[in-house]
Amino acid sequence: MKLTKLLATAAVAMGLATTAMAEKTKVGFIYVGPVGDGGWTYEHDQGRKAVVAEFGDQVETVYQENVPEGADAERAITQMALQGADLIFTTSFGYMDPTINVAKKFPNVKFEHATGYKTSDNVSIYSARFYEGRAIQGHIAGNMTESNIIGYIASFPIPEVIRGINSAYIHAKKVNPDVQFKIIWAYTWFDPAKEADAAKALIEQGADVILQHTDSTAPQAAAQAAGNVVTFGQASDMGEYAPFPRVSSIIDDWAPYYIARTKAVMDGTWETKSTWDGIGAGMVGIGEISDRVPADVKAEALAMKEALASGEYHAFTGPINKQDGTPWLAEGETADDGTLAGMSFYVEGIEGDVPN
Amino acid sequence: MIQLEKRPQPSRFWSLFTPVIAVIVTMIAGGLLFAALGKNPIEAIRTIFYDPLFGEFSFYYRPQLLVKGGPLILIAIGLSLGFRAGIWNIGAEGQYILGAICGAAVGLAFYPTESVFIFPLMILAGLLGGMLWSMIPALLKVKFGTNEILVSLMLVYVAEQLLASMSLGLLRNPDGHGFPGSRNFQDYPSGHNTEILAGTGLHWGVAAAFIAVTFAYILLNKHILGFNIRLTGEAPRAARFGGVNPTRLTILCMGISGALAGLAGLFEVSGPSGQISIDFNVGYGFTAIIVAFLGRLHPIGILLAGLLMALTYIGGEIAQANLGLPAAAIQVFQGMLLFFLLALDLLSNFRIRLAVKGAA
Repeated sequence: MKLTKLLATAAVAMGLATTAMAEKTKVGFIYVGPVGDGGWTYEHDQGRKAVVAEFGDQVETVYQENVPEGADAERAITQMALQGADLIFTTSFGYMDPTINVAKKFPNVKFEHATGYKTSDNVSIYSARFYEGRAIQGHIAGNMTESNIIGYIASFPIPEVIRGINSAYIHAKKVNPDVQFKIIWAYTWFDPAKEADAAKALIEQGADVILQHTDSTAPQAAAQAAGNVVTFGQASDMGEYAPFPRVSSIIDDWAPYYIARTKAVMDGTWETKSTWDGIGAGMVGIGEISDRVPADVKAEALAMKEALASGEYHAFTGPINKQDGTPWLAEGETADDGTLAGMSFYVEGIEGDVPN
Repeated sequence: MIQLEKRPQPSRFWSLFTPVIAVIVTMIAGGLLFAALGKNPIEAIRTIFYDPLFGEFSFYYRPQLLVKGGPLILIAIGLSLGFRAGIWNIGAEGQYILGAICGAAVGLAFYPTESVFIFPLMILAGLLGGMLWSMIPALLKVKFGTNEILVSLMLVYVAEQLLASMSLGLLRNPDGHGFPGSRNFQDYPSGHNTEILAGTGLHWGVAAAFIAVTFAYILLNKHILGFNIRLTGEAPRAARFGGVNPTRLTILCMGISGALAGLAGLFEVSGPSGQISIDFNVGYGFTAIIVAFLGRLHPIGILLAGLLMALTYIGGEIAQANLGLPAAAIQVFQGMLLFFLLALDLLSNFRIRLAVKGAA
């Protein structure tokens, strides 16, 4: 018998078994890092715990951490589906193709893939509009810098990261026309040593604000050692560096989404969806803005947060030109999601090229 | 008082049985570890060693053992030849990456042409890619006397940067919305490393691993080159007097191990993994070093050790998901295996004597 057939039979058998028991909904999570990374995976695991807290005995959650992307991911996801999971969240971009592959073999199991772009009958995708948080960061950073040099530790040149740089730059420039961005590509999501080196290099080049798109607290520590450098927490609050150098943060909050999707599976109302939520839906949180930020700047930042949350203001509102000077958005025009999702260019004013 | 007495020759009996004892001791120590973590040790050990083979879902896991073990065996066989001759290629991970990049690049260059010649060409490119990468430390060693351990290891990090650059640049999927990663070979029949028999996990890379085991066995036992390799490792001076050319041997051993690692990378990227991506390499090249030693640098031993290692990976994953064991505990467990194996090596090289105090 072919493997797919066997798997399908097993899946059906498991399906029957779970209906027969019909009480616990089993929710699985596949993590790319350890749950104690203090950043990306940590926040996903907080979301898992929120699901447990919300539904108590009605759910059973399982997770597997440190799952490499690729063939190992496919096995880990398959194994969760075999063990009777009803809903599986795969929480890293590299799990995209494995998730789609496994989903084909288990039509009765629901899958949710974070930050990807492929959906199917039983695969939804979800991601957060972190660029909204970057807008607020840019606003504060532009006001706080005295050297007018803002350092940016970027991870990989993918749309997600480029969007963040653009959003932060646009809003820093708005309040400080002299501002300049220095960008270092670390080519890692999590590597404390590399991140610390990048932070130090930026500080040596005169940056007095460091923005990071990597997940460790190493840049915070480097800024603290330098003394007068401002930072922002990334992925989680990094509150241990508050009130200074960390003056605010962007926090991933997956809990509302995980609870809602688990509920949908319980109620039988789950459908394929592409979710891209921001501050409004609570997927992107802004960590407390510390008192080291002048009161008027803080008030403006909070007002911007309100406006972004209500949809009254879009972080990419024209006029905005691309780096080469060609017009992108006209006066008052806002960016469409398609362009944002595949963003691969800098906006006008940023120096350097997107690495290719 | 316990005394250790060096054996004139390593004991054959103990070198065969220490791996078995090491596994048993690991089970006991691992069980204690799991118990300390508040898990039922018997259940944990059973989950790791029994469930993948005979458990409820073994029909899925058994083929996976081959998928996971195949590249480990293939790489370890190559490494074992060099290790036997005292040539230490620690950078198989880098050669694995280069094999994957070169093989995938050839395949992707032909996309979307369909032809039966594409996959063989990819195999050739993967083999050459890995081999050429291993030639860097080999030539530096024979020309300038550099240390191949350091050079080959450092080249792993270079290879990783190259991999990231390829995933983001040259080999990036043009239809991938700007995301990193190449096209998926699973959607490109001519370049796909398929299962030879569907549902068995036996893809071309696993077949290559079995072939490599056979060839290595014949080479070491029947061929003069195998004799030279063994002689160089056991008695370098004698080998030199016997006319063994150390330069040639270094290049040969590094080349073979690089080529096999490159092949493993190619079969992985075109099969189970499917695409070049930033995190394509997951440490097969390093784990293969453990496999080579666990298998006593013997082809048959490596075959068994590769499968055992795969078993601890897959069983470990099941234990994580079902029993909630942390990933780190599984890694400690795997580390124990190597630790006990090396520690128990003492038995094959030394005889333990209970001597009366003062008598010596």
